[in-house]
Amino acid sequence: MDVMHCTYDIDGDDFTSAGEASGKMKRVLRKIGVDFEIIRRCAICMYEGEINMVIHANGGTADVYVDVDSVKIELKDNGPGIPNLDLAMQEGYSTASEEVRNLGFGAGMGLPNMKRYSDEITIATRLGEGTTVTMMVNFNEKVRRGSFESCGNS
Amino acid sequence: MKVSEVAKSLDLRCCVPGEEDGSVTGGYIGDLLSWVIGRAGKGAAWITIMSTSTVAAVALLADVSMIILAEGVEPDKELADKAQTHGLALYSSTMGAYELSWRLHELIGESCAGVR
Repeated sequence: MDVMHCTYDIDGDDFTSAGEASGKMKRVLRKIGVDFEIIRRCAICMYEGEINMVIHANGGTADVYVDVDSVKIELKDNGPGIPNLDLAMQEGYSTASEEVRNLGFGAGMGLPNMKRYSDEITIATRLGEGTTVTMMVNFNEKVRRGSFESCGNS
Repeated sequence: MKVSEVAKSLDLRCCVPGEEDGSVTGGYIGDLLSWVIGRAGKGAAWITIMSTSTVAAVALLADVSMIILAEGVEPDKELADKAQTHGLALYSSTMGAYELSWRLHELIGESCAGVR
């Protein structure tokens, strides 16, 4: 069977729209009958990725692939890259600005949350070129699949 | 217990009534959004002093039943607009987070146990 695919553009420097792509993905997953807990985990992973792209990378793109047994979320940006991935994966470590922290972000839980709520996470990053984060969330049971015609924003 | 019943019992000020009168199944206090989205349970009443529009996105994704702004904090216009658009229940109170959570626990009692 074909994998269903959505693409979402993530605006950089726009906190007011951060979360919109995650919300759209959530509605699509709900529409096709994905389990609530799976949707919740996907939403957390995607939202943290969105926020990271807005804070650190001036936006990017999110591709979501829904297969019969999993959701794959692929987040790509052309930002500065992550200098020290081990540090970035530590809970509480953050390089976010004071302005960003005042908005409730910068708790150093972004990547740790993405790792915690996905079944697999792969991070490819190159300084000065960008970062790609790929996360898999596996289903415990099969999902009912429907139309994907109106998903994404591109 | 329904959102409207909690609001009435705690004498909350309604900023946005919300599309559905959902069930409040627990509570969560937090201002750091990554903590809230990862830990607040479905149906929780989220008590916070954050009033920016980003609160709406987190509330939606975390499936909380209502947002309660504590300490007399009023919502930014962008937050109120987003709550309206997405049908989120948004309330405010002059009480602090501790008192709100204490009273909320008294209201919903055992149904709160085990729900963060």
